Amino acid sequence: MSALLSVKGVSKRFRGLVAVDRVSFDVEKGGVFAVIGPNGAGKTTLFNMIAGMFPPDAGSIAFDGDRIDELPPDRVCRRGIGRTFQIVRPFPGLSVEDNAVVGALMHRYSVDDARARAHEVLRRLDLYDKREQRASSLTLPDRKRLEVARALATDPKLLLLDEVMAGLRPTETDRMVAILQSLNRDTGLTILLIEHVMRAVMALASHILVLHHGAAIAEGRPEQVVRDRAVIDSYLGVEAIDA
Amino acid sequence: MIARLLDGVSRRTLLMLGALLIVLIAAPLFAGDYLLTVLILILYFAYIGQSWNIMMGFAGLLSLGHALYVGLGAYTAAALYVHFGVGPWFGLLAAVPVASLAGAFIGFLAFRFRVAGVYFAILTIAFAEFARVGFDHLGWTRGSAGLFLPVAQYAHNDLWNLRGHPAMFYYILLAATTLALIGCRALLRSRIGYFWLAIREDEEAARSAGIDVFRYKMIAVVISAGMTSFAGVIYAFYYNNLFPEQVFHILRSIEIILGPIVGGLGTLFGPILGAFILTGLSETLTAVLNALGVDIPGVKQVFYGVCLLLVITALPEGVWPWLRARIGLKERQP
Repeated sequence: MSALLSVKGVSKRFRGLVAVDRVSFDVEKGGVFAVIGPNGAGKTTLFNMIAGMFPPDAGSIAFDGDRIDELPPDRVCRRGIGRTFQIVRPFPGLSVEDNAVVGALMHRYSVDDARARAHEVLRRLDLYDKREQRASSLTLPDRKRLEVARALATDPKLLLLDEVMAGLRPTETDRMVAILQSLNRDTGLTILLIEHVMRAVMALASHILVLHHGAAIAEGRPEQVVRDRAVIDSYLGVEAIDA
Repeated sequence: MIARLLDGVSRRTLLMLGALLIVLIAAPLFAGDYLLTVLILILYFAYIGQSWNIMMGFAGLLSLGHALYVGLGAYTAAALYVHFGVGPWFGLLAAVPVASLAGAFIGFLAFRFRVAGVYFAILTIAFAEFARVGFDHLGWTRGSAGLFLPVAQYAHNDLWNLRGHPAMFYYILLAATTLALIGCRALLRSRIGYFWLAIREDEEAARSAGIDVFRYKMIAVVISAGMTSFAGVIYAFYYNNLFPEQVFHILRSIEIILGPIVGGLGTLFGPILGAFILTGLSETLTAVLNALGVDIPGVKQVFYGVCLLLVITALPEGVWPWLRARIGLKERQP
């Protein structure tokens, strides 16, 4: 098995609170892996550890065969993990294009090459026509897609998406889902996402991990996970099954 | 190479810049001694404003202690000249590394220990103040008694030793300002420039986009400090005397930052325009008050402050972005 990302027994505590409790999982190359769970389940903490914002207290994280759990965020990104933030953080004063150019410069030394890559990514995310606008003038759905564009411009092997659907209307959600699906299909990009919007999760994910109070309570294929007793009790509720 | 530098500059911008440059080159032929002195002051602040703008305008690092780099440049070159007869251009080879190293040291302390925002600004003030007090007691530079350079007659211009007529200093500063403008533009449009802007906009997001924030902040400080020290060398050889109490004083640091702020932070032409506006304003006020026969101490400063307040309130983004739109130079943001 070729796991691109391998998380083993990872824990994190903040003072007395155990935010993530011995979580292990593997993300297969080319897959779309979703982490779901109620608010406060530790999803974002888990993400931040993978992205290098802070190291885990215990356990290990390996990416592409190498340990990355002691690396700072910029080195993690250069290894090939692009991320978005739950609360979007594009560079507000820069144009849409330049936001993507910054990402593209990660593995490129020529600004012209980076600009070409930025254009390619912006086309994919339906932002090309808005490339001259300031990022701060974009609507929320556009800013969310811009975050994805900037992360994507760094040519990641793994894309970490932290609730990119949150706050989007259903049509916007479908648009984002379609974009991510085509990315995964066309380029073989591996995606790890945290998501609350089950409609998107079910459409995208090939594999789901459910967190509750920091611990993994279920893992498997989407259709198995949504019928899991523990998952229904703690998170989804009975009506979700029919949704 | 030249095509590369001009890439993206509109014809109109180029024409206006060319016209301005020609006017400035011709200016000493028509300007009297007094006006020439004013022009020198303007270019001096335009140049340092550009240097400071690299840190604040590009990388978002607020330095309130740039007098430190001016002073280090001035003292290094002047002391080498006085003690060893080393000419200012060779002195520059020592002055720039000294100032850059000082910048690197402050930068290292700040960025290593995540000192940011106003705390970083306070740190820069602190080091400028250390220097002010320290140089007061430094015998090699004659302490608080001041370091004096032998004053030359204006019989002929000795460019090699920077002894001569103010017009010589004027042209040196004009060349430096022009080169700084070109250099800043090249930097801003380079990979480094993009990374600086990203760091200025959102440091955490920049880090997550793979940018080694520490490294690029260090580069900004080192370049800015080194560039600034050149102005210090010119300062020393133009005024021929250096007192720690004057050179390193926090007022000098504040003077430096007003131009870019009024002109437009992070813009390329803002620091130059700001220097013209501020020095012009100051000189106009002096002339008007003299003409009116007003001779109350502090009146000029009050008017200066009020004008500054009005400009900053009306155009918080700076005068240049507003003016640029007015004269139809909608240059795309780099």
